[in-house]
Amino acid sequence: MATTVKASRRPPEGVHPLPDTPAYRSTELRHPKQPLVVIAHTLSELTGPVFGYGKIGPVDNDLTRQHAGDPLGERIVVAGRVLDEDGRPVPHALVEIWQTNAAGRYRHRIDTHPAPVDPNFTGAGRTVTDDEGRYRFVTIKPGAYPWHNHPNAWRPAHVHFSLFGQNFTTRLVTQMYFPGDPLLPLDPIFNSVPDSRARQRLVSSFDLDLTEAGWALGFKFDIVLRGSDATPVEV
Amino acid sequence: MPTLTPFQTIGPFFHHALVFKGGETLIGEGTSGQRIVIEGTVRDGAGAPVSEALVEIWQANAAGRYNHPGDVQDRPLDATFDGFGRTPTDEAGRFAFATIKPGSVPDLSGRTQSPHVLVSILARGILTRLVTRIYFDDEPANDTDPILAIVPAERRPTLVARREADGRYRFDIRLQGENETVFFDV
Repeated sequence: MATTVKASRRPPEGVHPLPDTPAYRSTELRHPKQPLVVIAHTLSELTGPVFGYGKIGPVDNDLTRQHAGDPLGERIVVAGRVLDEDGRPVPHALVEIWQTNAAGRYRHRIDTHPAPVDPNFTGAGRTVTDDEGRYRFVTIKPGAYPWHNHPNAWRPAHVHFSLFGQNFTTRLVTQMYFPGDPLLPLDPIFNSVPDSRARQRLVSSFDLDLTEAGWALGFKFDIVLRGSDATPVEV
Repeated sequence: MPTLTPFQTIGPFFHHALVFKGGETLIGEGTSGQRIVIEGTVRDGAGAPVSEALVEIWQANAAGRYNHPGDVQDRPLDATFDGFGRTPTDEAGRFAFATIKPGSVPDLSGRTQSPHVLVSILARGILTRLVTRIYFDDEPANDTDPILAIVPAERRPTLVARREADGRYRFDIRLQGENETVFFDV
């Protein structure tokens, strides 16, 4: 058998949240108590779903044009590059996002926050990175919203991201935050990332180059997926 | 060099973005292989169903080939089968996939792996994706599978789907506690 796959590099300590994070109450009954079993990568882990451009519609990456009217709120551009740990762009990677509307309400049947639903905003988008790993969305700045984790708890405004990357090991689901948000130091989900520098990588930066004059502020959010071990596995 | 972006929870509100029609059906007309259903319930440490989880699976086709450029084995691809499935759990924590029994895929040392399906579990309260594998209780190669071999024998049954009288395979996922599913660090 011949393969050209390389094992994925193991994540550095402190980057990913610990499964048991007591400040985030829902982890209490949902984290495994037995240690994870470390396994060597096989072809099963070093392959993964491949998505084509065919499944992406023309307004899938513009969340402000998915309905007859304009959504309410502050129009923004969210863009960046998807890279691996070696700095190589990850091309043709599916990027899926979802978020609240400007009032902090999700288009979701179980969201009971008494903030208005916006009939012109669904809050879901998808795109595929280009040859250089670039992606771009036009959307509305999401709102903060209350949740039941602790008394007077509020989630900072955020955009959820889901990516696949090159194989099963590079799967990433994360959240992008906004610079200067006073709720960030109080948020147990943001603070579930042990390493403070790693945590800051979840915060987008205001970017004048992405900002479109007379139209929309730009926020830059680069995403780094796992890279490969240096040595290819020859079988 | 850039450094890794951390995981965050998927939260409870992903359905309008990530759930797609037919996500639980991996097979199409003419897909080769033994057609099967894999179903189960996701439960938490108190035994309560987890009603807002997202379950994703990834598997080889019936010939044991992955639909991915990294798999260059001399085995046929199946144009009707991409090997990826995604479904949310329902209000009772249940999920089900209609798929085919995957073929056997070697590991990178060339050792035979018993037929298996990779699983990702994402939910509110799960900060970093949980990963497990589904094996099948009617596969003799389980006894020599190199991954099952490193799992303590008493915990192996949590990785093996049971064939039920109606021909469906049952694979329950217990996030914590009694019969806690084995989760892998990949």
